[in-house]
Amino acid sequence: MPLSTQSQTGGDNYVLVASLDNVRNLSNILKAITFKDHAIFNATPNGLKVTVEDSKCLQANAFIQVNLPGVYHQRGLMATALRMCYNGYGYPLTLFLEEGGVVTVCKINTQEPEEPIDFEFCSTNVTNKVILQSESLKEAFSELDMTSEVLQITMSPSQPYFRLSTFGNSGNAHYDYPKDSDMMELFQCTKTQTNRYKMSLLKPSTKALALSCKVSVRTDSRGFLSLQYLVRNDDGQICFVEYYCCPDEEVEEE
Amino acid sequence: MDCVVTGGNVKVLAKAIHSLSRIGDELYLEPQEDGLALRSVNSSRSAYACFLFSPLFFSRYTIPLGHAFRCKMAIKCVQAVFRSLSSLEKTVEKCHIELDGEKSRLTFTLHCKHGLLKTHNLSFQDSESLQAVFDKESCANMLRAQPRLLVDTVLHFPPSLEEVSVSVSGERVWFRNHVDDEAEQSKAMLTELCLSSDEFDHFAVGAQTSITFCLKELRGLLVFAESTGLPVSVYFDEPGSPVVLSVTDSVLEVNFVLATLSDDSNLCNHNNNTKRARSPPPPDDFMTDDIDSYLIAMETSELAGPSDALAPRCPSSNHTLTTQPSVDIHRRRLERGEEEEEEEDTEDTERPPNKKFRSLFFGSVCPSDSQLTNQTIKSQEVLASDSEDDTQASLP
Repeated sequence: MPLSTQSQTGGDNYVLVASLDNVRNLSNILKAITFKDHAIFNATPNGLKVTVEDSKCLQANAFIQVNLPGVYHQRGLMATALRMCYNGYGYPLTLFLEEGGVVTVCKINTQEPEEPIDFEFCSTNVTNKVILQSESLKEAFSELDMTSEVLQITMSPSQPYFRLSTFGNSGNAHYDYPKDSDMMELFQCTKTQTNRYKMSLLKPSTKALALSCKVSVRTDSRGFLSLQYLVRNDDGQICFVEYYCCPDEEVEEE
Repeated sequence: MDCVVTGGNVKVLAKAIHSLSRIGDELYLEPQEDGLALRSVNSSRSAYACFLFSPLFFSRYTIPLGHAFRCKMAIKCVQAVFRSLSSLEKTVEKCHIELDGEKSRLTFTLHCKHGLLKTHNLSFQDSESLQAVFDKESCANMLRAQPRLLVDTVLHFPPSLEEVSVSVSGERVWFRNHVDDEAEQSKAMLTELCLSSDEFDHFAVGAQTSITFCLKELRGLLVFAESTGLPVSVYFDEPGSPVVLSVTDSVLEVNFVLATLSDDSNLCNHNNNTKRARSPPPPDDFMTDDIDSYLIAMETSELAGPSDALAPRCPSSNHTLTTQPSVDIHRRRLERGEEEEEEEDTEDTERPPNKKFRSLFFGSVCPSDSQLTNQTIKSQEVLASDSEDDTQASLP
């Protein structure tokens, strides 16, 4: 979806104006991170970043990038167009939605934003990284034993390579992805690592997984988890959703 | 124990487990020499099911030597291994079942497409032997039908229906919902279906009988039978004796043993029987269309199925069956309230049923032939005037 930003001076006094031909894609991406009531909107020249956090342990970000100028995209029939305007500190976020000639105006009160947590996750610290086609992970996530409080992720240069484990009422379950699977697009594991994450924190990520076609799973030396989802919408535009999660403190060695 | 199931058989195994979950909460697993037995029983011990997979069902079948091994586990846990039945066929290449005696764990490993390996380590408990004692070959009655026929039949009953009654004569079978005495009479709806013997692959009725058993458990078997396309055999005797439902092929034998209501409970709805004077019933072949005599029979007998007619207290029950139009599967809905009114009306006198009931009845059986319609209208008028006379006569 082409997102164009323009800052206008005079006239409207808007600090930000963002336009979208089809709001559906934005709506879908936002649904993938709507596990809390509040989100932090961050507008940059590159695009829009929406952040949602949970109990200081989980952070989800959705990136909607700016379309390059000069590229024209055909607007589909019956698509709802969006124009998002913001006048600056203290002003509401104004949304103009237009569909079939009918315009709806929404003004959403803005609040004092909290500083998003910096998980200090940087590429140089990454110990293990895999990129998988979402299709196979979707299957695993839909079958995960929800009676398990944690999801354990094992990444290793040797067997079992990439493993998702649950410990529930019926016993334990393991989902193993070999490094040479045709679902595995990238496999870079340097060290055997096993980390556990609260199932309740990771559960919302299944929405992003459902929208995505590829997912990258990375862990750093501290055991922090980064999940990055590549979402390709109908127009062919690409958006990203990422999740950062802290490892579960109470680790019981099995 | 070390067994491997491959290809389409994985789905069969999964369906068996889902089917067993309709019976009880626990799955009893016993690797035997003649195959792997998966069993379940309900809490009241009135329903039992056993799926016996012969060694040929497996691509590898190794059982522990020496003393017999038996275990049980929560069936929900095993179902979790085989979630999403629809995708099983496409994704699972083989299923490996292994026993870890030391850790008391049963491991199910699914080898899936794209190299994905799903391992489930389930804990189990040692269990007593679970085997129902039954001898289906000695049953007086046996029916065998394609699963589709039975599925289509039970489709007419609401999902909430607890019990179904099955009655047989030499030529036909009736399925009807069983209504408790305590059920509110005005709210109860009766549904009855009649199937003729030629719908069945095999129809052997030794003695006219009527049995009542739990429908939910029957549905559990039918779901499995339909997916495999194998015919269902039904073996039964008199009420009170269990009914055995079987599905068999070269590598699998399934038996569902369900308790049936005993005689006393079957009869309590129909104690008006003996108070009625019964006129000779119309001929069984309704198409000869002796509608007047049919109506006379209707006036004086209860318009329920043959179950009451077959009650042991009426031993000469051969031809007192209420007849049905000769349509193979036919459905009637009777307002229980109206039937009750009729019962009251005819209790002491031979008053014909009230008009409302009769018009409902005509609607379902009247052929469209205009001549006949005229006749019935005349008959209706005759009956109406009779009832008025009777009413006057009986007023104190």
